[in-house]
Amino acid sequence: MGIDQTLGLLTGIAFGFLLQKGRVLRFGKQVGAMLFKDMTIFKFMLSAIVVGMFGILILADQGIITQSHKPMNVGAIVVGGILFGIGWAVMGFCPGTAVGAVGEGRWHAIFGIIGMLIGAAVYAQLYPFFKATILSWADFGKISLPQVLGVSPWIVAIGFTLITLVMFKFFEKKGL
Amino acid sequence: MEKVESKGWSPYLAGALVGVLAILSVYLTTTLLGKSMYLGASTTFVRAAGFLIGEVDSSYVAENAYYVKEKIVIDWQFMMIVGIFIGAFIASKMDGSFKLEAVPPEWEARFGGSTKKRAIAAILGGTVMMIGARMADGCPSGHGLSGMMQMSVSSYVALAFFFGTGALVANLIYRKG
Repeated sequence: MGIDQTLGLLTGIAFGFLLQKGRVLRFGKQVGAMLFKDMTIFKFMLSAIVVGMFGILILADQGIITQSHKPMNVGAIVVGGILFGIGWAVMGFCPGTAVGAVGEGRWHAIFGIIGMLIGAAVYAQLYPFFKATILSWADFGKISLPQVLGVSPWIVAIGFTLITLVMFKFFEKKGL
Repeated sequence: MEKVESKGWSPYLAGALVGVLAILSVYLTTTLLGKSMYLGASTTFVRAAGFLIGEVDSSYVAENAYYVKEKIVIDWQFMMIVGIFIGAFIASKMDGSFKLEAVPPEWEARFGGSTKKRAIAAILGGTVMMIGARMADGCPSGHGLSGMMQMSVSSYVALAFFFGTGALVANLIYRKG
């Protein structure tokens, strides 16, 4: 195994371990959030984002790492986002958590994985069509929130953290 | 004696540690591989599909514009997905929460215990979900974690659509009466 594969594998083992310990690899947790009954996945994701946001900001600020924004392609994000949401609700797992769910014995997630492989193949087949239609509507490129808002990324990070803390307080108050 | 399942860790703690892992990972990939890599999952399904189809018809994969664009290789992210499986297995075996399950209990409560019914729904759901993920160029890992950490506009909009549509559809299909 090359160094990139070894590093990937070790990162994945740690990621899978934490996903399992956070108990987010469950159909009930993912659908529970969509039904506003159990906000575990939000607590998990938002905690990760807040911590990661400051670390990445510092590393990028020092010129140690490069950031990689995905383009704000309107058709891709809106239509893709809607399709994703429909599939996510029915399947009850997102791509990474489906694999982790099988790891903790919830082998029914294999069906979702089969579906995702079919979906990837269908997308590859239809790619020229999507490229000529949905993907060509409007593309704002690789833009970031601080750029669009015209403020320092630190202000955005602090603002995001405050909003997150208010949400956490609300979840705990409501017992979600 | 009945075994009570351990509750795991606080999602705040496990999530915050994923944040630390994301920082560590981007730092290590930049310094060791010369390229900043961010956590993500859905591209790997394109590569896995490419490998499987390539077994049957390698010229189709070699000539398809999307497989050419994404490159059908076992890369960093592919092994990370393999690692997620191993990490979840280790964690669940260590605290006794590993459990073989044919149908999710919450699904069973609504639609019954038929594995076939669940399988058909999950395959259809997975298909639609992955078409969406590839179109949007990311999933709740690539957009949700990595993109939102980097404050990418596309990721905030994508997550709003992922979750907004998910909530709408989930309320239609799982809420009774």
